[in-house]
Amino acid sequence: MKTLKTLALGASTLAMAASASAEISDGVVKIGLLTDMSGTYSDLAGPGAVEAAKMAIEDIGGTVAGVPVELVTADHQNKADIAANKAREWGENEQVDAFAELVTTSTAMAVFEIAKQQNKVVLVSGAASSPLTNDACIPSGIHYTYSTTALANGTGKAVVAEGGDTWYFLTADYAFGQALEADVTKVVEAAGGKVLGSIRHPFPASDFSSFVLQAQGSGAKVIGLANAGADTTNAIKAANEFGLVAAGQSLAALLMFITDVHALGLETAQGIQLTTGFYWDMDDETRAWSEKFMERTGSMPSMVQAGVYSSVSFYLKAIEATGSDDTDTVMEWMRDRPIDDFFAKGGVIRSDGRMVHDMYLARVKSPAESKGPWDYYDIVRTIPGEEAYGTLEESTCPTK
Amino acid sequence: MLTDLLGFPPQVLFGQLLLGLINGAFYAVLSLGLAVIFGLLNIVNFAHGALYMLGAFSAWGLATFLGLNYWAALIVAPVLVGGFGMLIERFLLRRLAGVDHLYGLLLTFGLALVIEGVFIKLFGASGQPYPTPKALTGGINLGFMFLPWYRGWVVVASLIACGVTWYIFERTKIGAYLRAGTENPKLLQAFGVNVPLLTTLAYGYGVGLAAFAGVLAAPITQVSPLMGSNLIIVVFAVVVIGGMGSIMGAVVTGLGMGLIEGLTKVYWPEASATVIFFVMAIVLVLRPAGLFGRTA
Amino acid sequence: MTTKLGYAAALLLLIAAPFFVYPVLLMKFLCFALFACAFNLILGFGGLLSFGHAAFFGGAAYVAGHAIKVWGLPTELGILAGAAAAGVMGLAAGMLAIRRQGIYFAMITLALAQMAYFLFISAPFTGGENGLQGVPRGRLLGMIDLQDNMAMYYFTLAIFLAAFWLIARTVHSPFGQVLRAIRDNEPRAVSLGYDVERYKLQAFVLSATLAGLAGALKTVVFQLASLTDAHWHMSGEVVLMTLLGGVGTIAGPAVGAGIIVALQNLLASGPLSAWVPVVLGVIFVICVLSFRRGVIGELRAFLQKSF
Repeated sequence: MKTLKTLALGASTLAMAASASAEISDGVVKIGLLTDMSGTYSDLAGPGAVEAAKMAIEDIGGTVAGVPVELVTADHQNKADIAANKAREWGENEQVDAFAELVTTSTAMAVFEIAKQQNKVVLVSGAASSPLTNDACIPSGIHYTYSTTALANGTGKAVVAEGGDTWYFLTADYAFGQALEADVTKVVEAAGGKVLGSIRHPFPASDFSSFVLQAQGSGAKVIGLANAGADTTNAIKAANEFGLVAAGQSLAALLMFITDVHALGLETAQGIQLTTGFYWDMDDETRAWSEKFMERTGSMPSMVQAGVYSSVSFYLKAIEATGSDDTDTVMEWMRDRPIDDFFAKGGVIRSDGRMVHDMYLARVKSPAESKGPWDYYDIVRTIPGEEAYGTLEESTCPTK
Repeated sequence: MLTDLLGFPPQVLFGQLLLGLINGAFYAVLSLGLAVIFGLLNIVNFAHGALYMLGAFSAWGLATFLGLNYWAALIVAPVLVGGFGMLIERFLLRRLAGVDHLYGLLLTFGLALVIEGVFIKLFGASGQPYPTPKALTGGINLGFMFLPWYRGWVVVASLIACGVTWYIFERTKIGAYLRAGTENPKLLQAFGVNVPLLTTLAYGYGVGLAAFAGVLAAPITQVSPLMGSNLIIVVFAVVVIGGMGSIMGAVVTGLGMGLIEGLTKVYWPEASATVIFFVMAIVLVLRPAGLFGRTA
Repeated sequence: MTTKLGYAAALLLLIAAPFFVYPVLLMKFLCFALFACAFNLILGFGGLLSFGHAAFFGGAAYVAGHAIKVWGLPTELGILAGAAAAGVMGLAAGMLAIRRQGIYFAMITLALAQMAYFLFISAPFTGGENGLQGVPRGRLLGMIDLQDNMAMYYFTLAIFLAAFWLIARTVHSPFGQVLRAIRDNEPRAVSLGYDVERYKLQAFVLSATLAGLAGALKTVVFQLASLTDAHWHMSGEVVLMTLLGGVGTIAGPAVGAGIIVALQNLLASGPLSAWVPVVLGVIFVICVLSFRRGVIGELRAFLQKSF
């Protein structure tokens, strides 16, 4: 009897505690989306990412826990200071509860600093570098869509397994490129492969013929492209032109988005292997959502844009369920539950902020194989989340 | 080994030098246009990179919307973009006559921002593919490297463009007027030459050269709105090193810088985007008017 | 008289502003205003267009950030270290560039700035593309917590006013007058016996140092230094600010900086966010075509004509 009473008492205190925190600050849930609206990454993130966030809010009915959801967006122009400035202002003046998207690592890191001070949730989708869940991690930051580690584990392992055991890198000479090269090197060597060398090209570079020729001269079976965007597309074009692929060497684009493939055209891009966190043509669910996205934006979603939708939806669900927009409460709820939607099946948010979900190894179709517009990938293999992102033990995040 | 030159076998070096020369040919055409414009208008045309991009996009647009092939685009695109350039000169740049030349630089800088921004909105930042013309696909094995036919063609086409420009400037009457115009426009006007028209034509020609280089580049690089934005300051440096307004200087320096850049790509690839500025700083300190310039 | 009234009104406005406008935005404005005023010292009063001032701005940002974050220097000293570093860079660049004029001066400064940029992108202490993040704001004189935006704002304002006063004094001093004489007619200044190059070099170093002060301050305000600060686009942006406000006027560049910063901020989150470069470009064009004296310059001309 007594125990029952204590239990009841305990339950009621719990309920009270819950209702105390179950208040939405300022009567509105606000999400601040920072992205590159007009620069190099505006195709893979940009306006499409804004649209994805809007869809997420509409699909949940525009309100959560009885209060309206609002979206504010800004163009960070890939500049860390602009991102930091906007994030700080939103946090202090506009009661923004969470920051989303954040393509390019420098902007994500800058917003991490702000979010740490203000204790806000950060849902990173666009930035790639794995330090976001290692040395630079923060307790309320989630790295949602992909990372350099996953790209390395996905493409690196698969290519070595197929016999591509000697590598040469074309690396963009800045932090992201070097991180990617280092990650892939680890994977390749662990799998028994060998790295013959690498060349660091300036970022951005206009002509890749010289670098491609040096890569050709290395005699490596695989040329790894540790760069992104225009650098990757131009390197691929040069490699084709100089007959690198025809002569038996193969290309591994370590970071390539569907928008890059679209821009290159299948004629040039065919046969390239890449790792992606999302492809629109996987099953009925992905197709249904992607076609809705296509109707609104005119192009199929990149993994970054799909990740924005998924991360924002999950965040809003957490608020709906807990009735609170308190960062710690929401983070706890999100960490305790698997993410199951069209984007991720059984995705888990780890304590270092990594959202672990299955990744896909894709091969770009040839023009003959492609049945229509945006039919670009053959999914060769599903890479289990743990294999792609490694274990929590490997993370060097101090607060994990 | 004796056969190795500073750690690289000579074949590798030959290949890289050849590639450097090919890039140099691009620089030559681009800097030639810039030099023509500077020679006559005294304007540093900061929009040159954007107009180069416009040339590439015109080729793409002509192919996509009108079905015009590469060879037609090679003629039509420079004419179109050159015409656009003449409009810029006639309605914008002309209004700066008589004010500090720096305003011309600033105006064209603004124009470049506008053109590139609009194209990003219209066609997306990642750009559009443009195929290599059928007749020039494939290549030849030179023993020390595989040379795509198209790259070879780029050198030939560039040299033709440079040659034609040289001929116009040095051997024709218009050229004589142009050269006289750079020396003393007032006197030329007094002789009854329509100097404003000449200026418009010269700007259009310079811009046309930029567009020509853009079409040449279209099959090689992705046709994207930002393709010229970083090239502009490199080309600039080439013109300054050669001596502003010097046609010969622009061509020779363009090729030379291509070679130097090619070598840097072998020995210190990280610095290959910076080496030209290094050369420019040295040249400006030692020979203020540039290698082929007359006076500062 | 009108000028004095104008300054008094501006001062009051700046003191009251953080109660109405977001302080960090105001601090950003102050940093760029200082940068533009420093730049104008060499363009407006020395007649030399530097196309490499971003190197001083960005270089000082990195040095200050590194000094405060890694060496643990107090904030004030870190900022001074940044400015001093920019001064040294300015001296080195100036000695190479100062004999050149017009386009050649612009080009040689651009070349040197590109080399500095290469250094920043490859040197490990800058954090490369990721930038130097998480620089602590620290405490002023070990007492006042600068993490508080209001405290930081008035600290920034004080530095800005001091630097602005220094610039105004320099311009109106005999040194400034010689400088203007050189700008207007260099051969005459030479024949009058002035060591023209020494004057120009001194002005250039002062300009670089103050540009560095602005960059260092910006690092503390935003708690980060990044490649953006050192990119040649930044050199172009400061030209735009100066031009927009009025080349060769003392307050003009600050006004120009205010307009650009406000505009960037307004556009960034509005429906026009994807059009920022285009809008800036259009302003550039309009400004050059019909507004060459800039806001303050036009205003002054208007006042002189009407009164």
